[in-house]
Amino acid sequence: MIEIQSLTKRYRDFTAVDDVTFTARPGRVTGFLGPNGAGKTTSMRVMVGLTPPTSGSALILDRAFTDLPNPGREVGVLLDASAQHAGRTGREVLTIAARTMGLPRQRVDEMLDRVSLTEHEAGRRVRNYSLGMRQRLGIAAALLGDPSVLILDEPANGLDPAGIRWMRDLLREFADDGGTVLLSSHLLHEIEVIADDIVVIGNGRVVAQGTKDELLAAGGTLVRAADPAALLAALQAAGLKARAGAAGVVLAEAELPVVGRAAFDAGIALTELRAADGAGLEEMFLALTAESQRDHLSPGSTSNGAAA
Amino acid sequence: MSATTVTSQPTARPAVRRERAVHAPIPFRRLVSVEWRKMFDTRSGFWLLVAIAALAVIATGATLVFGNRDNLGYGSFASAVGVPITVILPVLGALSVSSEWGQRTALTTFTLVPSRGRVIAAKLVTVVTVGLASLVVALAAGAVGNLLNGAIIGHAPLWDVSWRTILQIVLVDQIGMLMGFMLGVLFRSSPGAIVGYFVYALVLPGVSGALASAQQWWADHAAWFDLRTASIPLYDSGVTGQEWAQLGVATLIWLVLPLAIGLRMLMRSEVK
Ligand SMILES: Nc1ncnc2c1ncn2[C@@H]1O[C@H](COP(=O)(O)OP(=O)(O)OP(=O)(O)O)[C@@H](O)[C@H]1O
Ligand SMILES: [Mg+2]
Repeated sequence: MIEIQSLTKRYRDFTAVDDVTFTARPGRVTGFLGPNGAGKTTSMRVMVGLTPPTSGSALILDRAFTDLPNPGREVGVLLDASAQHAGRTGREVLTIAARTMGLPRQRVDEMLDRVSLTEHEAGRRVRNYSLGMRQRLGIAAALLGDPSVLILDEPANGLDPAGIRWMRDLLREFADDGGTVLLSSHLLHEIEVIADDIVVIGNGRVVAQGTKDELLAAGGTLVRAADPAALLAALQAAGLKARAGAAGVVLAEAELPVVGRAAFDAGIALTELRAADGAGLEEMFLALTAESQRDHLSPGSTSNGAAA
Repeated sequence: MSATTVTSQPTARPAVRRERAVHAPIPFRRLVSVEWRKMFDTRSGFWLLVAIAALAVIATGATLVFGNRDNLGYGSFASAVGVPITVILPVLGALSVSSEWGQRTALTTFTLVPSRGRVIAAKLVTVVTVGLASLVVALAAGAVGNLLNGAIIGHAPLWDVSWRTILQIVLVDQIGMLMGFMLGVLFRSSPGAIVGYFVYALVLPGVSGALASAQQWWADHAAWFDLRTASIPLYDSGVTGQEWAQLGVATLIWLVLPLAIGLRMLMRSEVK
């Protein structure tokens, strides 16, 4: 169980994490979704005591992480797989962690086996590891202490498709055994596939949270026409709750026939009319990604970029 | 998206809740043994230690070969083996802390042991132990050299250094190493700490000397404020009470105070 209460982290006048509150429950995989720079990593670093929060609290298993007597035995953490001494072998990295936690030596071999790093690879220095091997080593280190909570920052980074599938199954099994999993990603699709609960964060704030089913169901109707602005105006004039999504889409909170009728009455030819299922989340995420910074998607460009 | 539920069929979910074992806190001696291991398991740490042993042997050999054999006593050997030690130990002390940041292992270290003070204390114990062991090796190499010299010239070897002085020299070398350690804590960066040490060891004495020749007051009182000046009497036998006091004050200013400041910053800093 991870309980985040009103967590805020400010750097001078910049607020990286802004009043974030959510709970990751045992038996469930909680996806922490947000575009680049949203504050996912910062939130996770605060959870494990590496970054002091400006205000608010993060409790793990009812305690502050820093009050856990032997944190590695209760919480597996993977924040940055490349943060390892380049001159140590993979096996040595795990051996140091195992010794710190007070684990028997064979635990290292078990974990190497679990993440499919061969004897030979484990003897190589980390500087010569591929991205995926580092990631596997990081996951091995997180699982080493047989914890009941996992906090993983972008764990799928650098894994090949088979590796991603393997990790997904691993996390599923972990949660089914009653463990708590919190994993971050900036890819909606990745989170959709694996998470039971989703917390969406943008510019440091939680913009949506709930079970995956709730978030995907809350969609309404998705409509498209040659002139989105005119369509939006027409739907609103008809008394429907509608808003413009990214990429020229209009989302209306009404049944399909009602929306179709309103457009017909306004003399607008629709190019698309369907239940939004999930498109709401996708739209929101895409809008969030587009507005927060960097790539400004031009209206009318791809409609499912976030799911790619 | 529809295929995703295949792996997560909740029907087979067993109702097992994990039983939470109560874990004992990590004992301090385990932290020390881990830090000890970390000191030897990288190339830089390993070779620094090899270098200490090798240089002690080389310094002893050089003293034997190039020294004036008839006048050689243990004092000559002890100061010869001491030279490389006084350079390497501070570097070792600095690296033991700063490499955690340089290599970013601090992330793992402080996630496994959130109490940063305990980790730094374990490093301190390790560094002091390694320092003492290195000094024993170096002084022993010097002693072997002195015995060899006695055998070569056919006299009883000359033991012209008292135990007391040896212990004092060990103290000076340990203070030097702790200066490196302190700079490692203060800068949390290997280049910063090492450059800092050499500024302290090579530049500051010159500044202090220049000041002393320009100003009589400084010439009379420098030992209170200048750790290097305060250390000089320790290389001889009779250290007066005032000289001990000067060493204490200078150590407080140069070592204890900055270490306290560095620790405070380290405890509050963000580990990146
Ligand atoms: N020490 C710091 N000083 C100033 N700003 C910082 C600091 N650390 C993080 N930030 C800022 O906080 C914001 C959130 O960063 P964070 O790393 O948490 O994002 P993220 O959600 O993990 O993004 P990504 O998906 O790219 O990993 C960024 O704008 C970052 O520049
Ligand atoms: Mg991040």
